[in-house]
Amino acid sequence: MLKSLMFAAGFLSISALAAQAETPVLDVYTYDSFISEWGPGPAIEQAFEAECGCDLRFTAAGDGAALLARLQLEGVDSPADILLGLDTNLTAAARATGLFAPHGQTPALSLPVDFADADFLPYDWGWFAFVHNRNLLAPKNFKDLAASDLQIVIQDPRSSTPGLGLLMWVKAAYGDEASTIWKNLADNIVTVTPGWSEAYGMFTEGEADMVLSYTTSPAYHLIAEEDDTKTAALFDEGHYLQVEVMGKLAGSDQSELADKFLAFMLTDAAQTVLPVTNWMYPAHTPAAGLPKGFETLIQPGKSLLLGADEALALRDPALEEWRAALAR
Amino acid sequence: MARGAGALIARTTALALAALTLGPVAAVLWRAGGGMPGAADLAALRFTVLQAVLSALASVICAIPLARALARRRFPGRALAISALGAPFLLPVIVAVLGLLAIFGRSGIFNTALRDLGLPQISIFGLGGVVLAHVFLNMPLATRMILQGWQAIPAERIRLAESLGFGPAHILRHIELPMLRDVVPGAALAVFAICLTSFAVVLVLGGGPAATTVELAIYQAVRFEFDLARAATLALMQVAACGVALALAAAFTLPSGFGAGLDRGQVLPRPGGWCRLADAAAITLAALFIGGPILSVVLRGLPGLADLPGAVWPALGNSLLVAVLAAPMAVGGALALAMGRAQGLRGLEPLAMLPMAGSALVLGTGLFLLVFPFVSPAAVALPVTVIVTAVMALPFAYRILVPEALRLVQDHGRLAAALDLRGFAALRLLILPRLRRPLGFALGLTAALAVGDLGVVALFAAENGATLPLVIQRLMGAYRMDAAAGAALLLVGAAFALFWICDQWGRGGTDT
Repeated sequence: MLKSLMFAAGFLSISALAAQAETPVLDVYTYDSFISEWGPGPAIEQAFEAECGCDLRFTAAGDGAALLARLQLEGVDSPADILLGLDTNLTAAARATGLFAPHGQTPALSLPVDFADADFLPYDWGWFAFVHNRNLLAPKNFKDLAASDLQIVIQDPRSSTPGLGLLMWVKAAYGDEASTIWKNLADNIVTVTPGWSEAYGMFTEGEADMVLSYTTSPAYHLIAEEDDTKTAALFDEGHYLQVEVMGKLAGSDQSELADKFLAFMLTDAAQTVLPVTNWMYPAHTPAAGLPKGFETLIQPGKSLLLGADEALALRDPALEEWRAALAR
Repeated sequence: MARGAGALIARTTALALAALTLGPVAAVLWRAGGGMPGAADLAALRFTVLQAVLSALASVICAIPLARALARRRFPGRALAISALGAPFLLPVIVAVLGLLAIFGRSGIFNTALRDLGLPQISIFGLGGVVLAHVFLNMPLATRMILQGWQAIPAERIRLAESLGFGPAHILRHIELPMLRDVVPGAALAVFAICLTSFAVVLVLGGGPAATTVELAIYQAVRFEFDLARAATLALMQVAACGVALALAAAFTLPSGFGAGLDRGQVLPRPGGWCRLADAAAITLAALFIGGPILSVVLRGLPGLADLPGAVWPALGNSLLVAVLAAPMAVGGALALAMGRAQGLRGLEPLAMLPMAGSALVLGTGLFLLVFPFVSPAAVALPVTVIVTAVMALPFAYRILVPEALRLVQDHGRLAAALDLRGFAALRLLILPRLRRPLGFALGLTAALAVGDLGVVALFAAENGATLPLVIQRLMGAYRMDAAAGAALLLVGAAFALFWICDQWGRGGTDT
């Protein structure tokens, strides 16, 4: 009896201590590569915690699509305060869940297109592009590519966000002609991989001449590996954008802190980290400019981006078009 | 014989398995309501079953001559070769695929040689490539299962046959074919079930949307459409396909009924002449086919080993911990089920095979739905990972144990009953010593599988709980292909070491 009383007393006093010392916790759900030690997560956590007096806790779930599925599984009971890592092909579905709250911020952005969304703020972006070795004579557009003997690896739009991006790219550039483009591309496609990393791995192992990735991919090889043999093909019909966004959950119990985090992600402290960890363009170019090496990247003259609702409406018909054209 | 503690344990294990595999599907259905599969889903099912059937047939057809050659020939390095048969099965899928591409890919050794010889090149992409990869991954497993059958033929039968003047053709007909009839359907079933839920291999090597599997449709339903009803329906379609295969395999299986032997060292006849050449060819071809891609994985990984990122080591620790906890659970459960089945308990077989047919994604999603309302998924990451891994690995252990358990009961059951040898004493004196070889193999295989496993529990990953396969995936996702290749080599090394230790224990230092 005495023992259990003492235990209870001890337990209570420790609980009280814990309550006293409790710092607010901000739960950020993001995709897997964001929080790895070579991703932006660790540096951003350190910088934000230094100024917020809080504990920033990342929870990782696969990629953008897996992230949204996870949130939908948890529903209104989700402990998440912020969801970081959707792209504009997913924001319409995310908004439809009714789980997000407007961010109410109007930060200065340096995107190549006008971008405004009441619920989602961009933190970085990139142009999709086909990456290849510098010694390759690259095609100038999809028609050129389809007419060539070049072998490419792409990602499956049913399981990967870059794959879905390519689908939207062809649709945005060619509209009703998209189906023909895919039919003509069929003999150029070595294979369709479930995710970006399998495709990129196959390309670096020499299984394909080009791989669907980003215009910024060569920057990784140049800056991290001092290898300038990779470049991206400039397409004259324009390049589709992937805009990566974050949003605040309506059910957040740390609403104020969440607002602070959204604002922090667009400050120079966070924006300078993203180009050399996430290998994307910062949503707001920092005062110090882009890292050295980014000036060597190709600069698309034209940027393509479908609106969130349009992207959602087009997805299923475009998928069917793609499937029918490639199912030989 | 079906009574007492053993039967109770077997029944409890079977119930737990059913709860753990069907419970999550039920949770998903309950959350979403049912749904009917569409035309595209049926097309996906057709392709899925087609590639799984072809893969299973090709795997056992290649495995039979190889197992026979390994059973009756002795050569330097034979023990190592038999252990190494475990290796392809342990590779993370994408690593195995890259290894295959290094040999059979566009710029692989095979096509380079064809080009140099002025011959047309082959493409690995398409149905042929999918089957090739599945044979590479699963033929070694089938070989080990069938090899066990050969090794279990009592020496007395062979001697009797020889003293009756049986030639190789007669031995084949009266001894080897009945043994194969006993063992091959189970091996084919195991390969079929694995290939049924295969995801990345089919997608990467399939070449395009013509090669769409049910598992991909599930992936799409869960992640892009959040259509849980469709996902659960698709998962049940997979289970049904596996159920049909199970019934077919049971219909084809005939117990060989050789009767008990006296455990004399077995000497299979070793015919000379063209038989000898054929055996040598089978072993050499298999060594090239399996060794080539493995060697390329090793060579590709070596440079990356030098500067592995720090995250690799705690991840390796997590993976080993899961393996060490999950493997005994899986093998213990499988032993209980196999002995229960051998002693005549009904209905255990389908339940033991159930986890193989389950969709990893639906299983993970269902468990998440069950756990989330009560406790933070990250907080239970380790126990969930261990249990799920054990459940997923159990069917493999079961398939390895069940032929031997049946033989054990057939040969020694009456004596054990006469001696009233039961419970713990039976386990210690009869079951463990006589099943040591398959137990060692099963333990090694499940431990190694646990190290390489990924997928089911991705939803539960805790901040510091990353396992090695997850870290490899993260490295690849961050352009770090060399480091990923190094980490993959580390994973293969760790998995193979665990496998080798258990397998050696099982083989007890003998040469068989």
